[in-house]
Formats: sequence, structure tokens, C-alpha cells
Amino acid sequence: MLEVDRINSFYGKAHVLRDLSLDVPKGEVVALLGRNGAGKSTTMKSVMQIVRTASGSVRFEGQEISRLPPHKIAKLGVGYVPEDRRVFSDLTVVENLIVGYQPPREGSVTWTRDMLFDLFPNLAERRNNRGKALSGGEQQMLTIARTLMGNPSLVLLDEPSEGVAPVIVEQMVQVITQLKSEGLTVLLSEQNLHFAQAVADRAVIIESGARVYHGTLAELTANPDIRDAYLAA
Amino acid sequence: MEFFVAQVLTGLANASSLFLVACGLSLIFGVTRIVNFAHGSLYMIGAYTGYSLMQVLPGAVGFWGSILIAGLVVGLVGLLIEILVLRPVYRAPELFQLVATFGVILVIQDLALLIWGPEDLLGPRAPGLRGVVRIMGEPIPKYDIALLIITPFVAVALWYLITKTRLGVLVRAATQDREMVGALGVNQSWLFTGVFALGSALAGLGGALQLPKGGADLLMDFNILAPVFVVVVIGGMGSLPGAYLAAIIISVLNVFGVSYLPESTLVLMFVVMIVVLMIRPYGLFGREEVAGEHGQVGEPERPIKPASNTVRMVVAAGLVLLALLPLYGSHFSLVLITDVLIFCLFAASLHFLLGTGGLVSFGHAAYYGGGAYVAALLVTHVNSPMELAFLLAPVGAGLVALAIGWVCLRLTGVYFAMLTLAFAQLIWSLVFQWGDVTGGDDGLVNIWPAEWLKATTVYFYFTLVIAVSGILILRHVAHSPFGYALRAARDSERQAEATGIDTRKVRLLAFGFAGFMGGLAGALFVFSKGSVFPNELEIARSFDALIVVFLGGVKTLAGGVVGAGFFKGIEEVLIRFEYWRLLMGLLIIFVVIAAPDGVVGSLRKGLERVGLRKVEDQ
Ligand SMILES: Nc1ncnc2c1ncn2[C@@H]1O[C@H](COP(=O)(O)OP(=O)(O)OP(=O)(O)O)[C@@H](O)[C@H]1O
Ligand SMILES: [Mg+2]
Repeated sequence: MLEVDRINSFYGKAHVLRDLSLDVPKGEVVALLGRNGAGKSTTMKSVMQIVRTASGSVRFEGQEISRLPPHKIAKLGVGYVPEDRRVFSDLTVVENLIVGYQPPREGSVTWTRDMLFDLFPNLAERRNNRGKALSGGEQQMLTIARTLMGNPSLVLLDEPSEGVAPVIVEQMVQVITQLKSEGLTVLLSEQNLHFAQAVADRAVIIESGARVYHGTLAELTANPDIRDAYLAA
Repeated sequence: MEFFVAQVLTGLANASSLFLVACGLSLIFGVTRIVNFAHGSLYMIGAYTGYSLMQVLPGAVGFWGSILIAGLVVGLVGLLIEILVLRPVYRAPELFQLVATFGVILVIQDLALLIWGPEDLLGPRAPGLRGVVRIMGEPIPKYDIALLIITPFVAVALWYLITKTRLGVLVRAATQDREMVGALGVNQSWLFTGVFALGSALAGLGGALQLPKGGADLLMDFNILAPVFVVVVIGGMGSLPGAYLAAIIISVLNVFGVSYLPESTLVLMFVVMIVVLMIRPYGLFGREEVAGEHGQVGEPERPIKPASNTVRMVVAAGLVLLALLPLYGSHFSLVLITDVLIFCLFAASLHFLLGTGGLVSFGHAAYYGGGAYVAALLVTHVNSPMELAFLLAPVGAGLVALAIGWVCLRLTGVYFAMLTLAFAQLIWSLVFQWGDVTGGDDGLVNIWPAEWLKATTVYFYFTLVIAVSGILILRHVAHSPFGYALRAARDSERQAEATGIDTRKVRLLAFGFAGFMGGLAGALFVFSKGSVFPNELEIARSFDALIVVFLGGVKTLAGGVVGAGFFKGIEEVLIRFEYWRLLMGLLIIFVVIAAPDGVVGSLRKGLERVGLRKVEDQ
């Protein structure tokens, strides 16, 4: 579904992604693992072309997207959930969802506001509150819900477990599991291996912007050496 | 009481166009983060277009139709400006976008002159609304009543658009985080264009609506800017109710001012603004600006180094050439180079503020013209000897700068920029209105240098010495510990504070110092010309300096100076053409789009690219 092939990305002169490749097969959840600053978020942004890739290719459903602007990539069905949430703090929950709205797309689930409120009951209660009045966990849910309003077939989920309470992490696990059962494909960036183990089929580990491991999650679990070498305890 | 009510009603009616124009500005700023200086020009086009349409479309339908069509036409003009001029420079530093809008101002000024001629046009009366109605015995023009009724409807319609429609939601979302809006599948370019067109249409409507109360003339573009900025600052950037309330306050106050304090109407506006800002620094309904956009990465600044030997040699050679000018140059070239030198000093003083201090002052002419006027006033009214007047001019300008800086530095970013411009307009209007002292429009004349400086050659040397020393002092200060403190405050206020720098004090001193140097240039100017007129204080003069600094490049120290030479040279060529503003405007737009690093910066980059200059790594 998503094929990233030897991309290089820069911030100014800082070379952050180095010939990075990864595949996300349709219907699977792939965990992108790595330490702080390894380049996980940059990978997500590079797929979205929020950070422009200097070289290499990014294909989505066979189509080259690395020269498209972010909005066109989103329109093709790639949903992006940023790590720092970036809810529109002056807009209400409902208005945040309106921004994310895109017309139904063939081949992916068509989400309605009510379906999302079923998925995230907390948001339903707070539908007329402004983004800035929400708790961190609620904001995290809102970002996901907002992205789902665009009916994506692939979701780039950047560290959904970061800085939220354990209950919410638990809820995130359920949400991702449900998304998967609805047929969505997910690229999930994580530092928390346990979280990844609960939801992911495969894992890719990156270090200093280069891929150092890829395989199924079962293999990774069976290889504590790799884990110890590249992931924080 | 009756009179009071009538005054309030007139004020409310006057608030109408002001509100529309301010709303448009606010809306455009919210989404695109551009303070559209050409907004006054759009307002002017609205007035002219409305006027022309009213000549051909008959009756009441024709009249109101003309207003609507004028709005649409200006919306279309805005659309074109956005697509042709702004779209290529959205990624450039935001100041370049401002310079691009200056270019647009110049182009529109000349196009208006070309199409509608230099005479002021008196607006036609609204058919069917010619007379007055008596309210509590006081005559109120019927058209005022019409405006009173229309404005709230327009305000509500706008409010509905912004709060209740998806477009409005997108606009508000983009105001907060446009990159995220893009990542959610919204085409931002389209949104920007739409908002720019809408904001422009509002300015155009404002211009056409005020026709029966005023008319159309070629100065209205600049004249509306100060009140509009004041309204936006008082109301709070991006707030519709704020703009409405502030427009009403300013207009009502203005009406009372005309009745009771006719000499000080303009000053009144500023007094209100200062009071509001003391209590609410971001306006009645405004919020603090969030600095820093997501995902914008600028190139790191080059470290400042002492000039290399080559540079020193080039500068020295240039100075020698200049010093020998009287030997080979004509009389005309002496006068021209004197002008250029003065302008270089003026631009360098702004460059210091902008480049080193990161303080974007849009009203630097206040200190340049201010210095000139201080000297001229001393000579005219107390018969001061030239030498004394010359010494006191920069001091006076510096003090004015300290006072204005004291108020403006409470704010940052665009608010700061708009305030500096508004204050410069205040000084201009003071000089303009206070004819007994300043000569008003007729200016002050017979301000000649002392006997020993009278000869053109001698004055040329005098200017050369003062201007070059001034520029060297500016450079020296920029490299002194004070300059570093200023730069630290620019780059990170918090870190600077943490290292014990009183950022506010440092900035205020820098503002005063730049004002002093601007005043010095003004003093050189007034004695070289023997006279001074209010146009030395105009917005256009401030813009000249800004354009020069940008042409030269903000990041390079030589920028201000090279830019000034370049600008004056080009102006000298262009001014021979009747429509030089048009050419100048197009040139500015071209430079902004083609060479966003300015002349010096682009030259440097070009040289690096072809390998003539070593790329300096870290
Ligand atoms: N806007 C930026 N400008 C410059 N450098 C950046 C920027 N964002 C990230 N970097 C650098 O790029 C590298 C990769 O950062 P990235 O955010 O992709 O890492 P990450 O794996 O997501 O880390 P974390 O787990 O902390 O979120 C880091 O060294 C970081 O310092
Ligand atoms: Mg990250």
C-alpha cells in the first residue's frame, strides 16, 4: 500500500533521513520504532511531504506521491496524525472535525461524526468545547477523529501513546485494533515497545534516520538483542 | 443632548467604510499572515471604480449596483495580486511579502493616475437619499441613515460566514495552523486566494460606499492606512467584533473631535489607542500573537565577522573615489551623490533597527523628517545658528523615537510594525495640521547652512564625513556588546532575559539610537535643500527606506548602504519617466520574486554558485 524507497530528508543542512526504505502492506499495522530523535516523525512528515524529500520515491497504492503537495496526498487517502496533536485550539471539537472532512472515497470506510463519537465517547460529551479546553488524552483522540473524517485508507499515526495516561493508552490500543478490523492500514510510530506489541504486525527500527531492522513483530520479540541495541529500555 | 445624538449617529455612519476596510485587512492577515499594505490601494480602486460605474449606471439601482460591482472588481484585483505577486513569495521571510505589497501600492498609484487623472473626484450623491432627515431636530443626511442600517447587516453576514460555514471554519483553522489544514486535505493556495479576494472586496466596498460622503483622490490609499491600522490594533487583529467596535469608537470620536478640537482630530485617535493598549496590549478582543510557525525552517544567519581585507580595500577605494568626486564630477553629480549619501545614512539607521534588532519599523521617516523639522523649526522660530540646529536635530529625533518606542515596544511583530507606522502618521498629521508653526503643506523654507558650508563642494564633503562616520558608528555599535545584546533579544527573548539582558531597555535604546541617526540624516537633508515639506515624514518615505533595506538585503550589513545607492541610482533613471512609480513598483515586485535575498545576498549566492566565492560553512 505504501512503499518508501531510499528517501533522504533534510532540515536546512541537517541530513535527517538517510536512504530510508520501508513497506506498509495493505491491511497491516506497521510499527516504526526508534529512540528519541531517530527520525520517526520526520519519516511521517516526509511521506506527507510536509518535509520535502530530497531524493528517493514514495508510492501510495502504486502512485508516486513524493512530488505532490500535502493536501493532494491527503486527498488520495493518506491520513496524518501528528505527534504534537495540533488540534485547532480555538475551534470546537465539532469544528475540528469539520476541518478534517473529505467526501467519501471508494475502498475505504466512510466515517460520520456519529460513528466517531461512538468510537470516542469522551469527545461526544465535549463536542461544543474548544480544543484548548480538552485534556491531553482528549486532544489525542480528537486528532485521530479529525483525520478519520477524511476517510483515509492509510493512517500515519505518530506516537499516539506519548504523554497520555495509561487508561488512554489502553483505549488507543482498542481504537487501533478496531481501525485494523475495519480494513485500515496503519503506520504507527512508537517508542513504547509494549504498545507496538499489542497492535502491530510488523516492525521497522530506525536509528539516525537509517533503517537498522525490519521484520515481523514476533521475530523482534524473539530477539532481545536487537531490542536492546536499538530501543530504549 | 440632541446635538450629541446627532454626532453619535454621524460617527456610526462614518464607521461603516472604516469597519469594512479594517475587517478585510484583519481577515487577510489572519490567514496569510501578511499585513497587506496595499489594502489602502484596494480601497482607493474601490472608490474610483464605483465612481466610474456610477457615471454610467443610472438611478438607485445603478448606484447600489455600482457599489457592489466595485466590490467585486476589487475582489478580482485582489485575486490577481495574490496569484501573481504574493503566491511566489509565501515561502520567503514575511518581510518580503510586505515589500511586495509596497510594490503593488506604487503600481496602483500610477495606474489610478493613468486611468482617472490627477484631479480629485467628488462622489455623486445617492439617488433618493439626497436630503436630510431630522432626528430630535438635528439634520442627519439620509445617506448616513442608510449606512447605519446597512453596516450591521454586513457585519452579521460576515460573522455568519466566519462562524457558521465550513469556509469560515477553514479560515479560522488556517489562522492557527495552516500546515495542518493542508495535511488534512485542504488546498491552502485556494483558501489563501479566496480569503485575499474576499478581504480585497471588502476594502473595495468600503471605498465605494464612502463616495457620497467623500470622493476619490490619489492620496486616499495612504490616508486610510493609519486609521485602519489603529482600528485593527484597538480591536485586536483577527476579531470582527473588535474591528466593528473600534471603528465606531474612532469614528464617533473623530466627529466629536471635529466639533470641539478641530486641530487635534488625528491626535485624538492615537490617544485612544495608547490608552487601550496600556490596558489591553493586544487590543479589545485580540489575543497575543503566537510566534513561530510550524515547519518553517530558515537558513541560519552568517556569523558576523570583521570585514575581510578585500572588503576593506573595496570600501577604501570607494571612499577615495567619492572624496575625489569634485575633481572629476559635475555640479549635478555632487548634488546627486550628496542625496545618495544622506539616503544611505537614513537607510543604514533603519537597517540597524531591522537587521540587528529585528525591529521592523514601518515609520522610520518620522525620525528622518523629524530631524529635518527640528532643525528647520529652530532656524525659523528662534533664529538658531545652523550649527546648533544641526546638532539638536538628531537629539530631537532621538527623543521622539524614545517616546514612540516606549509605546510601540510594548508590542511585537505586526502590531509593533503597524503601531510604528501609525505614529509616523501622527507626526505627519501634526506637522500637516499645525500650519502656524510648521507651515503645514507649504513647509519651511530658507533653511540654509552656515556661510562656511554654503558651497556645494564644501557641503558635499561635510555630508561625506558625517554620513560615512554615521554609518561606521552604526556598524560599530552593531558589533559592540550592546549590538550583541540586541541580537540576543531578537533571536530569543527568553534566553536573553535569562542571561540578564533587560531586553526592553536594550530595544528602547536601539530604537532611540536609530531615531537619532535617522534625524542626523534628516538634518543633513534639510540644509542641503534649504527647505523641508511634510512629504519627508510620509509613509512613502518610510517605505523608501524599507524597500532600500530589502533591496540591499536584511541579513547583510552592507545591505542598507548598497541598497540605498542602488535605489537612488534607479530612481534617478526612472524619475525621468512620467509613470516612474509604475516602473519602480514592477521592479520591486520583480526583485522580491526573483531575488528574495536582496541584491547583496543574491550576488553573494550567485558568486558562490559559480564558485567565485568560497562557501562559508558554519
Ligand atoms: N524542525 C526541525 N528543524 C531542525 N531539526 C529538526 C526538526 N525537527 C526534528 N529535527 C531533528 O531531526 C532529527 C529527527 O527528529 P524526529 O522528530 O523525526 O525524531 P523522532 O524519532 O520523531 O523523535 P521523538 O521520539 O523524540 O519524537 C532529530 O535529530 C531532530 O533534532
Ligand atoms: Mg517524533
